[in-house]
Amino acid sequence: MLPHLDAAFNLARWLLRNRTDAEDVTQDAVVRAFRAFGTYRSGNARAWLLQIVRNTCFTWLRQNRMAAEFMEFDETTMPQESENPETLALEGSNREQLTRALEGLPESFREILVLRELEGCSYKEIAEITSRPIGTVMSALARARGQLRTALSNPAPKEARRAV
Amino acid sequence: MPCEQTQNQLHGYLDGELDPVSAASFEKHLETCPDCKQTLAAEEALHQSIQKANLYERAPESLRKSLMGKSEARSEVKPFPAPRAFAWQWLAAAAVFLLAALAGWQQLQKPQGLSESQVMAAALLDAHLRSLQPGHLTDVESTDQHTVKPWFDGRIDFAPPVRDFANDGFPLLGGRLDVAGGRTVAALVYARRKHIINVFVEKSQSENYWNGAGESQGYHWLVWQQNGFSFCAVSDVSPADLAQLQQHFLAQ
Repeated sequence: MLPHLDAAFNLARWLLRNRTDAEDVTQDAVVRAFRAFGTYRSGNARAWLLQIVRNTCFTWLRQNRMAAEFMEFDETTMPQESENPETLALEGSNREQLTRALEGLPESFREILVLRELEGCSYKEIAEITSRPIGTVMSALARARGQLRTALSNPAPKEARRAV
Repeated sequence: MPCEQTQNQLHGYLDGELDPVSAASFEKHLETCPDCKQTLAAEEALHQSIQKANLYERAPESLRKSLMGKSEARSEVKPFPAPRAFAWQWLAAAAVFLLAALAGWQQLQKPQGLSESQVMAAALLDAHLRSLQPGHLTDVESTDQHTVKPWFDGRIDFAPPVRDFANDGFPLLGGRLDVAGGRTVAALVYARRKHIINVFVEKSQSENYWNGAGESQGYHWLVWQQNGFSFCAVSDVSPADLAQLQQHFLAQ
């Protein structure tokens, strides 16, 4: 009945960095999807819904920007810096570290990485969801992956991460 | 050698989003660029580690239930100020998703709109490009037709006509088995000056009995039927060269 609900929730969770907010915003987005159904031209239903989800997320983030900036991270679970954190993360053993690195990225980078790496969207779908020309998807992904790799090898200090 | 354009292409290559020609030229570049090779390996490792980390977060059951339940249990709609209106909306939203799912399903069911010959030509073009990768050109490397022809014995259920046309400017380089469109085909490899020509041979089948020529991504192909075999020559040489090679085959 709700075939793309997981996709909608996953995107909201990573854009908002919080499951509770993601749950609210996903509900909201589904209602919007209903209201906007008049604009739906038969095509890729997942991309159509995800586009609404990301727009709803960005609206929510704008409205809650102040609160989000002071959002508390659970510092106790912050992994200690090891000698080679990138190797650690690349071993796939460190979900926590990847989560931190991903959450520390600017929204546009986080969004494109989640769509490609977690959701498995094609470049065409990413272009549709994020309303950008398809020709720019590849270079945006290149930049986003570069940032993620940098974040994995130099975990940002706490202050810097707050300011994101 | 930092190569910005290639660094971007690398991601298209990693994601399988490059067209066959760009992918082939990128692979060529990889052979001579240790930087890109290293970056590609690092990106692949990162991709693997993201996949292994299992970062995907599914919608909680409570959310699914509340979305599904809305249409029936109207009294349960507490977080919203106008339950009556919302019950309606949830019902409609449910209908919307059913429609959306249906539309997606129909999209999947839709045939590709390509004729069998177009599909086969595309498959053979891909096979040609694959054969140009290092070490993929020939399974049996010989300019001697009497070595190449028997090599196919027992490997394929027909004996493809093998001739060397070295005297006419199309020296035989060897042969190979390939798979295109789900069928095993014999590939004869010829050189034309510095270029490679693949001549794919399979038994003619009534449903794929087609003739013609075409061009795609700078490559030409020419198809003809002869003595119960279907031939398809693919190369980056000119259509005139392909036609010349076809004449040599037909003159056999």
